[in-house]
Amino acid sequence: MKKVFEKINFIWQKFKKIDDKFWDDLEEQLITSDVSINTAEKIISDMKRKSYQEKISGPEGLRNLLKEEIADILGTGGKRELKYSDEPPTVYMVVGVNGTGKTSSIAKIANMFKKQGKKIIIAAADTFRAAAVEQLGHFAEILGIDMVSHQRNSDPGAVVYDSLEKAVARRADIVIIDTAGRMQTSYNLMEELKKIKMVVRKKLGRGPDEVLLTIDSTTGQNARNQAEKFAESVDVTGIILTKVDSTSRGGIIITIKNDLKIPVRIITDGEKLEDIYYFDAGSFADMMFS
Amino acid sequence: MFEQLTSKFEDLFYKIRNKGKLSTGDLEKALREIKLALLEADVNFKVVKEFLSNLKQKAIGKEVMESLTPAQQIIKIVNDEMVKMLGSTSGNVNFAQNGPTVVMMVGLQGTGKTSSVIKLANYFKTKNQKRVSVIAADIYRPAAVLQLQDMAEMVDVEVYSAKGSDPVEISRQGVQKLTRSGSDVIIIDTAGRLQIDEKMMDEVKRIKNTVKPHQVFLVLDAMTGQEAVNIASTFNAAVECDGIILTKLDSDTRGGAALSVYYVVGKPIKFISSGEKIEDFDIFHPERIASRILGKGDVLTLIEKAEKVIDEKKAEEFYRRIEKQEVNFEDFITQIKSIKKMGSFDKILSMLPIPGANKTLKKMKFDQTHIDRMEAIINSMTVEERRRPSVINGSRKKRIAGGSGSSVNEVNRLLTQFSKTKQMMKQLSGLKGKFNLPFGGELKL
Repeated sequence: MKKVFEKINFIWQKFKKIDDKFWDDLEEQLITSDVSINTAEKIISDMKRKSYQEKISGPEGLRNLLKEEIADILGTGGKRELKYSDEPPTVYMVVGVNGTGKTSSIAKIANMFKKQGKKIIIAAADTFRAAAVEQLGHFAEILGIDMVSHQRNSDPGAVVYDSLEKAVARRADIVIIDTAGRMQTSYNLMEELKKIKMVVRKKLGRGPDEVLLTIDSTTGQNARNQAEKFAESVDVTGIILTKVDSTSRGGIIITIKNDLKIPVRIITDGEKLEDIYYFDAGSFADMMFS
Repeated sequence: MFEQLTSKFEDLFYKIRNKGKLSTGDLEKALREIKLALLEADVNFKVVKEFLSNLKQKAIGKEVMESLTPAQQIIKIVNDEMVKMLGSTSGNVNFAQNGPTVVMMVGLQGTGKTSSVIKLANYFKTKNQKRVSVIAADIYRPAAVLQLQDMAEMVDVEVYSAKGSDPVEISRQGVQKLTRSGSDVIIIDTAGRLQIDEKMMDEVKRIKNTVKPHQVFLVLDAMTGQEAVNIASTFNAAVECDGIILTKLDSDTRGGAALSVYYVVGKPIKFISSGEKIEDFDIFHPERIASRILGKGDVLTLIEKAEKVIDEKKAEEFYRRIEKQEVNFEDFITQIKSIKKMGSFDKILSMLPIPGANKTLKKMKFDQTHIDRMEAIINSMTVEERRRPSVINGSRKKRIAGGSGSSVNEVNRLLTQFSKTKQMMKQLSGLKGKFNLPFGGELKL
């Protein structure tokens, strides 16, 4: 996690006094971290205003201001664990663009709950991609949990329906739905997601307890579009930020939270099943400037 | 693809075009807007800086500002710089003189390597008439081998795989075996890896040193942010890439990776992949993409696509029939089918040089099912009805509606639409020579 804003630390030492060059450099640092221009400009104008009001002029003071700014945007509420329903089964639906790491994230989440002794069923509702079911099945086998799957190209809604039936019959605690990767621009596929969500609502009388969107942390400004479009169609409750072990910049999460109010909930950062954490917005800002 | 950047440039050019003279202030403003547009599009920060300083240098010259059409000149400079940014040659693959051409594909996880391997295999197979086979060297991701096998079956290419052994060894043996079995092109699908994972990067180097591929392609997700150039440089430093395959261009990507990588790393984008279908894969043409980004459409690609699906003889026949006003539903359905073969309607429209087309397109969701319904209705007609729509009376309408699962209303609508189109065609045919029908006989402009 530290990686995300590593570079911003340098600039404090570089500048003895605050001038236009300082602000330009700071903006550049934010943008090269994939923070959007609008967000970067907002952060900087807020900082300028506050530094004027509070008569802060040294780099050290501004560093704290930036930290405050980012903490403000991300929220200081600490980590928010996934919602767990009193009425089993709890349903998590995982959505996202192709190749962002849905299947791996599901395996990691399942492993996390398995360790807490929960009974889990995975719904293999990616009926489109070649070998998607087999990939998920491999994880289910390692974890020793049940998976419901149908034939290739069958209706994903039916897979979800069967999974919920099975979950109720076997008194499973959690159902995790894996969906096919899709571009947020594909109208038909986004409509399909709504249908999948409806299946849950019809069967349980309530929608999925969490709808989680996986975002690849190396993604640029397009991540904001992804979040916006997926939220429009299935009301995303949180983001799983994946591949944070790359030299990812992840600045996009600040933009997404600032513009769309969708928080990052989970972070994954490695190939192992244990490489998953709840995102703690409060300590994130601390860490960035430690 | 690149819609956002396109609409920004369209706006900007529209603004400056309407000015007779440009002041230095106008120019500064335009440059700032270009800067913001590029940064918002994920173009690498350093690239943007350099792009702007080049632009400024060229634009500030006396000839431009004092010319009669400064705006035109600036647009031309932007265009030229954009082409430079994208690389000036389009992707060509050199095949080996003797023996099979070995191609190695590398990249991060989830960029679309396996799909690209199959799409590329299919491309070589259909476009170059090569016998292509693939090697499954990703032993890490569960079911990766199976995915490759499944997809290879769809395009009918041979797969070499071996369980549990080392990817270097699999690649070596695969190349050996597939060479013996007479492949012209062998494509190696390697595992996804992070560019900072030293162990995995070392492995890919060893594969390269062992099989000595003729071409190494880096598969890069078009939605990658500022990190794109680092990814490309690190892979290039490790295995010296010959080119880049840019994937997921069907997203509303802003194309920053495309605009940065060549500039920084000096390796051209060879192919682009833009959809779930195996055919959604093509050679990258920098000048066409530049033209598209700058809102001038991509007519060349459109013509190529049209040429692929249109039977010239049939088209000529169709043209004659328009002149004689003999067009019927059979022609209609042939036209629908040709257009459908060219891809989705929004894709086609986005290639037309209509100012603002991209913006309008974004607002309307083109309903492809409408076309499907038209087709269904026509399919439910008898041969006679298709040839002589005038015979369609009330009871026939009912039958057609029933057969196509539509209503009499819908059949009526189609009939009206048809007679209107026919009239329009009649008028247009008078303009022959000056104006070409979209899918009429002569496509030469």
